Amino acid sequence: MSAFDTTVHLIYLACATAFVVGLHLMNAPATARRGNQVSAAGMAVAILTTLAVLIHDGGVDAYAAWALGAGAAGGAVAGLVAARVVRMTSMPQLVSLFNAVGGGAAALIALGERPASTQAEVTGVLDVLIGAVTFSGSLIAAGKLAGRVPGRPLAVPFGRAISVLLAAAAAALAVVYVGAEPSPWALTGMAVAALAAGVLLTLPIGGADMPVVISLLNACTGTAVAMAGFVLESTPLIIAGALVGAAGAILTKLMADAMNRPIGAIIAGGYGTGDAVAVAVGATQQVREVTVDDAAIQLAYAGKVVIVPGYGLAAAQAQHEAVALAQALTERGVEVSYAIHPVAGRMPGHMNVLLAEANAPYEQLLDLEESNPGFARTDVALVIGANDVTNPAARRPGNPVSGMPILDVDKARSVIVIKRSLGHGYAGIDNELYTDPRTAMLFADAKAGLAALLAGLHAYA
Amino acid sequence: MSPLLLADLTVFTLALLVGFEVISKVPATLHTPLMSGANAIHGVVIVGVMLLAATASTTAGYALLAIAAFFAAMNVAGGYVVTDRMLAMFRSRS
Repeated sequence: MSAFDTTVHLIYLACATAFVVGLHLMNAPATARRGNQVSAAGMAVAILTTLAVLIHDGGVDAYAAWALGAGAAGGAVAGLVAARVVRMTSMPQLVSLFNAVGGGAAALIALGERPASTQAEVTGVLDVLIGAVTFSGSLIAAGKLAGRVPGRPLAVPFGRAISVLLAAAAAALAVVYVGAEPSPWALTGMAVAALAAGVLLTLPIGGADMPVVISLLNACTGTAVAMAGFVLESTPLIIAGALVGAAGAILTKLMADAMNRPIGAIIAGGYGTGDAVAVAVGATQQVREVTVDDAAIQLAYAGKVVIVPGYGLAAAQAQHEAVALAQALTERGVEVSYAIHPVAGRMPGHMNVLLAEANAPYEQLLDLEESNPGFARTDVALVIGANDVTNPAARRPGNPVSGMPILDVDKARSVIVIKRSLGHGYAGIDNELYTDPRTAMLFADAKAGLAALLAGLHAYA
Repeated sequence: MSPLLLADLTVFTLALLVGFEVISKVPATLHTPLMSGANAIHGVVIVGVMLLAATASTTAGYALLAIAAFFAAMNVAGGYVVTDRMLAMFRSRS
């Protein structure tokens, strides 16, 4: 190994270390931003080093240099603009989009590289299959999250049969490719089959399962990038890909556990319509309504208030109103915190980002385990746009939410639910919390309701 | 199996284990930036795309290279910037 090669290898090792250290610093909100910067610095060094390698090895021909330069410049501008202008509520679809292009790039590497060994052939096949499924699957997921593709589970006629046929075709092509002739056409055929499979797999999955799907697709991209690393015999790709694969796998498991649904059932799809059917107010008579003024006074004179945000808060863009109310209560000496279920929102931790955007201090953002013991000491639990994750029916067997870990909102001394109607959540069942004698319903849009509560707080208390 | 494949497989497996160990400690509050940051890290695929440039020699190869470069650069540049934007919003009580 020449001195140059050795140096390059050592620099790549340093970059991989930066990725690991960067992820490690994400263990705490105080150091997380520095972690991302360490990781970005490692990435910049890796890119510059690769540029040096290209020049040292005799450069690339002029057309390739233009293709690489123009493509990368265009992509960087597109990525930077998207990253700058995206609204925090739209974060899940942007992360999905970035995930899609990462998987697409990994698949294209295997398509463009002539395999030098059986190892490169096998990993190339895996790279193309995983990368292409992730590319089309993430694009469909991003479309669903952005509302461009219907969020409800879309049943494709004969979808499962077609998926099986596609898998069989891809497997046959893979055998030909690795066993006989490594023809680029076989690889292209596999890519097309995998692209179609990605669409078919994602369409039937409903909105409620999106946090799991995004995590799983993230894990797939990581794996595809690692496979591209095997094809190119490039250690930084293998290490970074494996790290991302692990991150995605952990989040997938956490999200699936938080919904108490097996990952297989989620991929099979059909759950979570994305559009809850609105039941007219008054259809169920036994709920108790509360006026804005009464609710405001109740909050003002509470000792401890826990805010329980759900997707409804994000959908109504009401995070600023929620935090403004919390700040006003804090100024009055009320102890305020937020209880956030792992699957609140459309991606893991989405609700925390929205509340952070609205300036909620991160010490007040509590997860399921941290918040549940506190509900018994809570005077008012204010539920905004959360439904299934608060349903006490989950503690009993025999219904769609059975066994799902829930926030123990019903243990609070009183509960105020801000909701537009008595519509069902994704699980499609009545929420027993709403008919609890300690619960009062405030029928309003989350944004308008919270603003009215804040005004009431200033007027009467 | 070639010694090279064995070495690559070793690195891959150990990196997976390190990933599990490091990431399982990340609190739920940071799960979105974590996913976004991990997303940016797989933007390292840009290094692979650059290596691809050394072997591209046909029109189809150049086209594929340009698309791959666009995808990878979008992934890596956008991923890090959006993660930084999110993490800048996480403030303490003070």
